[in-house]
Amino acid sequence: MTADLNATGATRLIWLLPVLPLAGFAVNVLFGQRLRALAGWIATLAVAASFAIAVAALFELLSQPADARTQILRGYEWFVSGDLRVAFDLRWDPLSAVMALVVTGVSSLIHLYSMGYMGHDDRRETFFAWLNLFVASMLVLVLAQNFLVMFLGWEGVGLCSYLLVGFWFNRRLLLVNPLGRLVEGEPDDTREVWAPPAAKKAFLANRIGDVGFLLAMFLIFATTGSLDFDVVFGQAGTLAAGTATAIALLLFFACTGKSAQIPLYVWLPDAMAGPTPVSALIHAATMVTAGVFLVARTHVLFETSGTAQTVVVLVGAGTALLAALIAIGQDDIKKILAYSTVSQLGYMFIGVGLGPIGYAAGMLHLVTHAFFKAQLFLGAGSVMHANDEDTDIKHFGGLRSAMPITFWTTMAAWAAIIGVPLTAGFYSKDQVLAALFEHGGVGRLAWVIGVVTAGLTAFYMSRYVFLTFFGERRWPEGRHPHESPPVMTLPLIVLAVLAVVAGVALTTFTGEGGRFQDFLEPVLGGPTEHESLTAAFWLSAVATLMAAAGGVVAWLLYIRPFDWLALRRRYAGAWRALADRLYVDQVYEFFTVTLGGAFAAFLARTVDQRGIDGAVNGVAELVGDGARSGRRLQSGLVRSYALAVLGGAVLIVAFLVFRP
Amino acid sequence: MSPVLAATASEQAELIVFIVLAPLAVVTALGMVLSRNAVYSALLLVVNFFCLAGFYVLLEAQFVAAVQVIVYAGAIMVLFLFVLMLLGVESHEALRETIKGQRPAAVLLALGLLVAVVAAIFAGVFDAEPTSLAAANEGGNVQAVGRLLFTRYTFAFEIAGVLLVVAAVGALVLGKRQRP
Amino acid sequence: MRVGPSAYLLLSAVLFAIGVAGVLIRRNAIVVFMCVELMLNAVNLSFITFAKTNGALDGQVLAFFVMVVAAAEVVVGLGILVAIFRKRSSTSVDDVNLLKG
Repeated sequence: MTADLNATGATRLIWLLPVLPLAGFAVNVLFGQRLRALAGWIATLAVAASFAIAVAALFELLSQPADARTQILRGYEWFVSGDLRVAFDLRWDPLSAVMALVVTGVSSLIHLYSMGYMGHDDRRETFFAWLNLFVASMLVLVLAQNFLVMFLGWEGVGLCSYLLVGFWFNRRLLLVNPLGRLVEGEPDDTREVWAPPAAKKAFLANRIGDVGFLLAMFLIFATTGSLDFDVVFGQAGTLAAGTATAIALLLFFACTGKSAQIPLYVWLPDAMAGPTPVSALIHAATMVTAGVFLVARTHVLFETSGTAQTVVVLVGAGTALLAALIAIGQDDIKKILAYSTVSQLGYMFIGVGLGPIGYAAGMLHLVTHAFFKAQLFLGAGSVMHANDEDTDIKHFGGLRSAMPITFWTTMAAWAAIIGVPLTAGFYSKDQVLAALFEHGGVGRLAWVIGVVTAGLTAFYMSRYVFLTFFGERRWPEGRHPHESPPVMTLPLIVLAVLAVVAGVALTTFTGEGGRFQDFLEPVLGGPTEHESLTAAFWLSAVATLMAAAGGVVAWLLYIRPFDWLALRRRYAGAWRALADRLYVDQVYEFFTVTLGGAFAAFLARTVDQRGIDGAVNGVAELVGDGARSGRRLQSGLVRSYALAVLGGAVLIVAFLVFRP
Repeated sequence: MSPVLAATASEQAELIVFIVLAPLAVVTALGMVLSRNAVYSALLLVVNFFCLAGFYVLLEAQFVAAVQVIVYAGAIMVLFLFVLMLLGVESHEALRETIKGQRPAAVLLALGLLVAVVAAIFAGVFDAEPTSLAAANEGGNVQAVGRLLFTRYTFAFEIAGVLLVVAAVGALVLGKRQRP
Repeated sequence: MRVGPSAYLLLSAVLFAIGVAGVLIRRNAIVVFMCVELMLNAVNLSFITFAKTNGALDGQVLAFFVMVVAAAEVVVGLGILVAIFRKRSSTSVDDVNLLKG
């Protein structure tokens, strides 16, 4: 593909991309106590500097001809063991450039926001340290040139997710319904948000997925003899279909953990127990996209195995639909957004699971989603900040006059996510759906699911904004919602703007095909043919109509005076099912916690206490009893001893006399 | 004459003496073991020793017979009697056996030993032909024993002497009373 | 019928067995000691018998030495007995049981 892969110009500095945040982490860990407020600035500047370098390296890449845009920065050699050589080589190509820019850019904005949001927290220097560590790990993941280094970053972001979700480990956030029962028969909304179990759940779910990654690495090494991307992808075509399928499915299993797809998505909604900037950064824009990135990066392996691709598409579609359904039943604004993230991630996986026609679409959705989802989360944080950290949508309403900036920026992101034409979300979602339709076969089925989900997405997102910002005020007495400080609203504005214009900017710069796709084509391969314009128009129309329908239903229910609480009571069963997240968590909890706990108790009590301890103690008791009985021989009486001596003597004499 | 098939007169005499002394020896031995009174036991043992001295004479071991009477019956048993007096003759043993199963076991094992040794005796052939120590006892038994003692068994003789000295000293030390 | 060595040996065996039973059964320490002397004498008898059987006087010399040693043993042994039992009122062999485990 390229003759000389060595890094040139600004690309030579990409090693600074993970190192700067890592340095920020080190500084904040070592000197954070003394730095106090300065810690936030250090962290933000570290990430902003990484962003600047990434931009410079991007220009360096653009200055190269289109087919020579892969550059490798040889790094420190980690270890050599037999045939395996692993080094910290960094890869700079369009795909990693896109990811790096998204990660560092959105991170910078969120770091800035955090300086306001976490300003009063007494452990904020630790928070910024973890945030920086996270960015560093994510960049290692994105820039890696071999599987093991990527796994290092993979694990690192998992660790940081645990640390950050559990950041308020000493706080029990008890949110009692301050209005008393809203309506008779309405369930009590006393909710306890408790961080450590959520953090553990996140880490464990990720860990289970990581087993898949490890096994995939073992297989890769066993069949190709290397873990380096170029070597492995070069040999991808020679792999047996079965092996390739196994590897691809194992890698995808890891992605279901990291990127919250079926079956391992359950940690993401619980992870909302962490501070809102964490939700925005990790669980919307960056960590959860690592799975999509992985599939895109190893797309050659997936292409070799058609089965794996089908699995990815179907799981993505299924997850998108399931999550959208559950989101309809949530009253906690962060949970709504969490399930929305799971659903949108499903779209991304559909895109990258399709093959060449879908890669760019999936990646584009990744980028646009980062913008509008981060905005939505930060906006939710702003709403919570103004409402004493309340997250219950039933206690909001009519907030648009109290928080105008938050309102308008959130509306921009809302438009993007439901796919209002010309917004970023419109472009990316449409491209995914179009690619689906093109693909045929399982793609058509997924297209139907995708369109239905688009309608559901529009419904629940509209419900979210309508109930929060419109309608009558439902706040408790004594609450005075106000707009957030500039350090928080500035990122909101930037992200909102991006959510609106990014789509246009990235795809229609030059006429044919879209610039974003062209940029990624050397890495990911492009569609073999381009769809006709009319087909594209009709497909867009269908999707947009679905979205509009969803929005209208939401308007009917939530903007016009309508007793939606009564509706809830009427369909109490269905509502309960949706609100209880379709019982998936309960099932998992049964199998892991209950059964696992029972098994552990069995092992502890029966096997360990009675079995092993019993055996060991039994041996000791046996010896003791033996000794105690043997002790009785020592009577101390001379005559007993004499008797024994005589007995022995008689035996000897008898033996000597009567021996055969 | 009697139907006893003694070949010679000396053998006949030997037989008569044996028949008298042997039961006496056994009876006194049993008496010694079974007597409640310790002094009776000692005296019965003295009689036993005299019987044995008689046997030694029958077996042409006149020197040993004399030594038996002088040393054993005359010194050792006297010593026993002295100690018995010293430690109180009134101390009577209780009739009941304290260790369970000791008596039956002891009798059984003793009988077992007897059986084994008797079997050994009859396994060997000793009665084939009469033997005599006439040749060995040249010049009298005492002289003959003396000859052996001072030639072949000189070393043992000397050691025995040392042993006696040590025993005497030991008895002295053991018998000392501790001065307060 | 004459008295052969077997008779003496038989007698010696019987006396020895009686002595052994006595050692085990009696509790008075001095009587036990006397039974030991009985055993020694029984063995002496068998030595003398074998001396006659072999036509040599070695057995008699051996019996002589047995007597010497028995004498020394009795002296020391009774000294020990006196030392032990001077303090107590009983001479029971069962009382020396400090080795009881």
